[in-house]
Amino acid sequence: MDQPHPTPRWTADGRVLATAAAALGLGALAGLAAYGVLAPSPRAPEPRRIPDDAPGRTARQARFGDFAVTGRSVTINRPREEVFAFWRHFPNLSQFMENIESVREEPGGLGIWTIRAPLGMTVEVRTRIVNERPGEQIAWRSTPDSDVETEGKVSFRDAPGGRGTIVAALVAWKPPFGALGQTVARLFAAEPSVQSRRDLKRLKMLLETGEIATNRNRKA
Amino acid sequence: MRALTYHGKHDVRVDTHPDPEIVNPRDAIIEVTSTAICGSDLHLYNGVIPGVLSGDILGHEFMGIVVEAGPKSTLRKGQRVVVPFTISCGACFHCRNEDYSACDNSNPAEKQDASEALYGQPMAGLFGYSHLTGGYPGGQAEYVRVPFSDVGPIVVPDGLEDERVLFLSDILPTGWMAAENADIRGGDTVVVFGAGPVGLFAVQSALVMGAEQVIAIDHYPHRLELARGLGARIIDFTQTEVLDALLEMTGGQGPDAVIDAVGMESHGMRPDNLADTVKQKVGMGADRVGALRTAIMAVRKGGRLSIPGVYGGLADKFPIGAVMEKGLTVRTGQTHVQRYLPDLLRRIEEGEIDTTFLISHRLSLEDAPAGYRNFLYNQNLWTKVVLKPKWEKGRMQA
Repeated sequence: MDQPHPTPRWTADGRVLATAAAALGLGALAGLAAYGVLAPSPRAPEPRRIPDDAPGRTARQARFGDFAVTGRSVTINRPREEVFAFWRHFPNLSQFMENIESVREEPGGLGIWTIRAPLGMTVEVRTRIVNERPGEQIAWRSTPDSDVETEGKVSFRDAPGGRGTIVAALVAWKPPFGALGQTVARLFAAEPSVQSRRDLKRLKMLLETGEIATNRNRKA
Repeated sequence: MRALTYHGKHDVRVDTHPDPEIVNPRDAIIEVTSTAICGSDLHLYNGVIPGVLSGDILGHEFMGIVVEAGPKSTLRKGQRVVVPFTISCGACFHCRNEDYSACDNSNPAEKQDASEALYGQPMAGLFGYSHLTGGYPGGQAEYVRVPFSDVGPIVVPDGLEDERVLFLSDILPTGWMAAENADIRGGDTVVVFGAGPVGLFAVQSALVMGAEQVIAIDHYPHRLELARGLGARIIDFTQTEVLDALLEMTGGQGPDAVIDAVGMESHGMRPDNLADTVKQKVGMGADRVGALRTAIMAVRKGGRLSIPGVYGGLADKFPIGAVMEKGLTVRTGQTHVQRYLPDLLRRIEEGEIDTTFLISHRLSLEDAPAGYRNFLYNQNLWTKVVLKPKWEKGRMQA
């Protein structure tokens, strides 16, 4: 039986409807395409992760409770005893640590660090050595009367292939004023993660070449 | 002292700066007798290298006389020296391996962050270049403070005039290392893209190293003539289909080794290169790699790609498929200048290598801005500009 074809009604409304339908169709197509690209393809469930061999300080998580943690290694082409001895004489540290104004060592393994902070301020960090293995490791922790709560260690080990000594520093600290304080410090490049990276490079320069590179053309 | 100073893109001026002094124990102060404008200075002049600041003193090809030596320097007052553009400590792992341009210790620690973020490892210090490489005041000046002066500078005999040895500072060892990186063997065809100073020295070096045939590609007739004069066959890419020609000039096999002596501001008429140019202009991409792409496409299977040309960032449409599928070897890097100096100085003294053919113009340091302008806009005839700090303004010898 012949049904009469409905006459297309090219009214304004019809055109709007047709356009809308076309747009919807295109949108759906685009959506499908995006789904095809972005949706996870069927696969086995996420496997259980095993602990890897990377140092903990390189974890994607860089804060542990109130503490921020940073660490950095550098290989110095000098014998381990020499590198350790240089570090162990704490007043040496201000030679390559840019923000350390001075380090005093008092009896009983007490260290008093005067550290430059943003905006011309200084903070005094008082630490006690909690573990020392000559030639291998020095670990410290802040005393209760310190301006900043911190603990850390620096370890020394022979680099493979006679390449010298690997110095690894690990510092945990409670940023004053929390995350905001840490951000402000970072803006002034006075934050331990920025500083430790640069300071270890300066230590390497000093021990390998006897001087710290500078582009300054004059002494003052 | 007077020194050529960067003020902005296409704006360099000779300004007065305080004289340098000994800062570190291994420093020396050199009074410059001759200094050159390098092709890579044009990358700075064109504003395509990041980290160049207004007030920076440019120049990294220089030589002169020691006027002061620090307590740990091995140089003595009065010695004539050529100074490598790479600053190297001589003591770190890389320097001990003679990879001097990879020195760990010559870039100040606070300057290393940027290149470490860009490249994964920080760069060494270079004279008169970007703050990515230390921001060291450069050699287009009356005086230069030279750090690690016991490792870098080479003392030259008084009998050898400046122009015979000046290019030991950069472009001669750079051309030489480019040819060495091409690992040339008997019967080889070596193609050099770009007949600028480094390209021409690469041509010369490849022939010394025993290449059977060296082909130089450029579009400046005078530069091509210089290449031909050294013994190369030449291709003008504005007249010739380069890929077809290289196949036909190598019996259908393709060249054994290709050397990209062009770098990040490649010219060329292929659409991909035009797209790169637009991106570079609007800051969307740093490097134009037209010559590099052609080189990779041209080289034979299992061939060698040597890249002395300077690149700073990222490349679009880099034909990594061709590199892998043809099994190419790629060798590149800033030049380990110190590694090559004694050997190249001997070759110059014995007359095997003569670099003076390259110099087209000698100007007073005071006229350095005109030197930059002409070196950029009149590349055909201005092949190499040597600046003389002692000359009075306006004196020129072509």
